[in-house]
Amino acid sequence: MYAQMVTTEPKGGGETPEEHAFQARIDAGEKIEPKEWMPEGYRKTLIRQISQHAHSEIVGQLPEGNWITRAPTLERKAILLAKVQDEAGHGLYLYSAAETLGISRDEMTEQLLSGKAKYSSIFNYPTLTWADMGAIGWLVDGAAIMNQVPLQRTSYGPYSRAMIRICKEESFHQRQGFHIMMKMARGTDAQREMAQDALNRFWYPSLMMFGPSDKDSVHSQQSMAWKIKINTNDELRQRFVNETVPQAEFLGLTVPDPDLAWNEEKQGYDFTEPDWSEFYEVLKGNGPCNRERLGARQKAWDDGAWFRDGLTAYAEKAAARRAAAATAAE
Amino acid sequence: MRKEWPLWEVFIRSQQGLNHRHVGSLHAPDAETAVRNARDVYTRRKEGVSIWVVPSAAITASTPSDKGPLFDPAEDKVYRHPTFYDIPDDVGHM
Amino acid sequence: MSADATIAPLAPARPVDDLLAAAPELRAPLVTGLCRLGDATLILGHRVSEWCGHGPALEEDIALANTALDLIGHTQMWLGLAAQVEGRGRSADDLAYHRDAMHFRNPLLVEVPNGDIGRTLMRLFLFDAWHHALLERLVSSSATEIAEIAAKALKEVHYHLDRSSDLVVRLGDGSEESHARMQAALDLLWPYTGELCFGDDTDAALAEAGILPEPGDLRSAWDATVRETLAEATLAVPEGRNDVQRGGRQGRHTEHLGYLLAEMQFLQRAYPGAEW
Repeated sequence: MYAQMVTTEPKGGGETPEEHAFQARIDAGEKIEPKEWMPEGYRKTLIRQISQHAHSEIVGQLPEGNWITRAPTLERKAILLAKVQDEAGHGLYLYSAAETLGISRDEMTEQLLSGKAKYSSIFNYPTLTWADMGAIGWLVDGAAIMNQVPLQRTSYGPYSRAMIRICKEESFHQRQGFHIMMKMARGTDAQREMAQDALNRFWYPSLMMFGPSDKDSVHSQQSMAWKIKINTNDELRQRFVNETVPQAEFLGLTVPDPDLAWNEEKQGYDFTEPDWSEFYEVLKGNGPCNRERLGARQKAWDDGAWFRDGLTAYAEKAAARRAAAATAAE
Repeated sequence: MRKEWPLWEVFIRSQQGLNHRHVGSLHAPDAETAVRNARDVYTRRKEGVSIWVVPSAAITASTPSDKGPLFDPAEDKVYRHPTFYDIPDDVGHM
Repeated sequence: MSADATIAPLAPARPVDDLLAAAPELRAPLVTGLCRLGDATLILGHRVSEWCGHGPALEEDIALANTALDLIGHTQMWLGLAAQVEGRGRSADDLAYHRDAMHFRNPLLVEVPNGDIGRTLMRLFLFDAWHHALLERLVSSSATEIAEIAAKALKEVHYHLDRSSDLVVRLGDGSEESHARMQAALDLLWPYTGELCFGDDTDAALAEAGILPEPGDLRSAWDATVRETLAEATLAVPEGRNDVQRGGRQGRHTEHLGYLLAEMQFLQRAYPGAEW
């Protein structure tokens, strides 16, 4: 999930009549729309969550973008480019949803670049072989979809609509990833080795995407009451493992967890938790690629300033010219 | 300069004969560029035949507190809805 | 043939196989001609795709990816047809990933590194102006397959030119800095542009058969588009000849192409015979 550690704002002091009515609307399944009354905590938490999600899409362009120029066939190049382009689009939709809550895209960008806002830890891991394009589509998009599908029902209208559009467009992302894995797993020895290596490296970081265990996730309850979080972290993680393990078996690849075992009683797999100390280090900025990822975004932002300003300057000149022509015509 | 491009609301007609429908927003320095950007951002899957853009700032919305008075009367006019009329099955499709 | 005329085929368009049955000596020039088209879109598409995730604004990042996707699509069609005409059992991918620089036939303009976004957009514009003029003529090629590919590509390239010329005008006539950067981009790229309209014997043979136009016949259309746009953009057309940097269409490239191919072809070269 792309918003894995969102600090939820407290609801505020006492339960006012407005807050009561607001919660009643959410409980009745109503959507909250921009400019309607909402508790300040709801608004701030949503900005944090949606922008974190948007930043993840934008930073998430980089690890895959890494391989666009090295894609092995023309068709793979086009598919990968289209997919990474979709991620830019999804970032744009999500930023727009957050903008309805009274924050500008530039402000959000600055929060990302200053390190104040977070993005998903998964994108701080390197993409080392072509099989990583498969693993990201299969595992990372798979994990993201698991979170995004329920979020289509989230209580905030613009966020819900963005998720609906995103889920529709993303339907091909996981499949293209799995397709790459199939080709690799059934290919030459070297390709199988790359595929297994990619699974080994991306397995635990993918499990981390769902965020820390529920018992350590203090703010979940309020977010769930507000319906901006639909399932608990552990629920989604379990569902992901249950769905993914048989897919790995189908590929003939081994999940890098010696303790992985089917548990008949809970009708799910028992599995080893990821190393949470590693997770917190990555979030703090000490993952393998944090500096490269933020550095690339900072460079794009800085190098693009003259372009954005130049187009603004033209638009202002053109508007002035039109106004002058209109005056002259009178 | 450091001025953010204004925000635009994008409306797309997906097929001839249908209404333009709000699909989302984007940033652009002026209206013409907003139309071009809308084509690139919102019709990547050939979704549209016609694009409108409107500066977000130019939209006047009903205020949420008006929600009752503005929308409730229409809801009372149940006779505008076909299911209001109880027609015997013998009449067939209507 | 007047500069603005379309190619006038001697007879109605015919499938390539029929044309070659009547004139087998055209096979080799035609493979070269098709590689010139496909290599140009391949290398330019590759360059534009380098921007993905690094664009100056989200909207521009997305728009550039659309352009790159179109160009890669054209490449699949042109190199696919080149491989078919060649008749040696190779595919479009074989041509893209298993030829070395000396066998690439793209003009030098498209292999120059991207530079800043201004140079990237200026290059797109200078190329689009030529690409559009070319495709307008190719829709009446004497070879059916070529006319069909051109008709499909022309719709997309019409938009490319619309977009890149608009941005050149806006940035040229924008801020002081954007103006200076666009002028610098134009000055740097100008010497590479003449090659686009510079023909050789291969071109002459194909033009004679009405298959592809004589490059020189595209010059006045290209010139008109470019001069009109640059004037509106308040940019100065550089003095001096614009055809000094050429040779790509004959396989003599800049140093840049080798690096580009090393990156692009890495997997196919490192793991021969693997399927992806």
